[in-house]
Amino acid sequence: MLNITKNANGEALKIILEGRLDTTTAPQLEAELGKVLPGVTDLKFDLEKLEYISSAGLRVLLSTQKTMNKQGKMVVSNASAEVKEIFDVTGFSDILTIE
Amino acid sequence: MKRLSVKATVESLDEVQSFIDQVLEEIGCSMKAQMQIDIAVEELFVNIAHYAYPEGNGDAAVEIETDADKSCVKITFEDRGIPFDPLAHEDPNVTGPAEERSVGGLGIFMVKKSMDDMSYEYKDGKNLLTIIKNYK
Repeated sequence: MLNITKNANGEALKIILEGRLDTTTAPQLEAELGKVLPGVTDLKFDLEKLEYISSAGLRVLLSTQKTMNKQGKMVVSNASAEVKEIFDVTGFSDILTIE
Repeated sequence: MKRLSVKATVESLDEVQSFIDQVLEEIGCSMKAQMQIDIAVEELFVNIAHYAYPEGNGDAAVEIETDADKSCVKITFEDRGIPFDPLAHEDPNVTGPAEERSVGGLGIFMVKKSMDDMSYEYKDGKNLLTIIKNYK
């Protein structure tokens, strides 16, 4: 179960993820991003309420980071200690901008 | 020891994770260990669902055993699909810029890093993949 909340302000977009970003829900986020990312130059993910992330979720974050490297910037904020540890173990801490 | 047999499809993942979580809650597994085990179960089961039976449908079984003395949980995944040893594959690139990374193999890598032991055996036509984790 994943809730995706979007707050758009011109070319800035904040996406709040709540729940689980896993094999079942990652395609949902990927489809949503495919629709909303064109034209966005300032993307922020708020992960305060993200409880769980598996490699399927990491795959979406990686492809989104690659897209944003071409068209603007991307920031990941408020991740829990557990989610941060997953970013550390997988080396994602080096490629994501974590606040 | 408890055992669950399901169809080896991604749709079975919820059932497999619920089965494992129920046992983990009974034994008082820590939140952190539970999340790591949940991730491991997802990665390993989804791997089976995607690759074990390229010709079509097959079954998979998951067994869970707990050892209260050692605070350890042992989970074994079993399928009759093509022989596949996830431990024989190279670790993915986890350094360098995003453009040079891919997530192929990242799931197995996460499992290797978070579990206390992981082993693979092909026996009697079955892939047997076992993980062990201290749950305190």
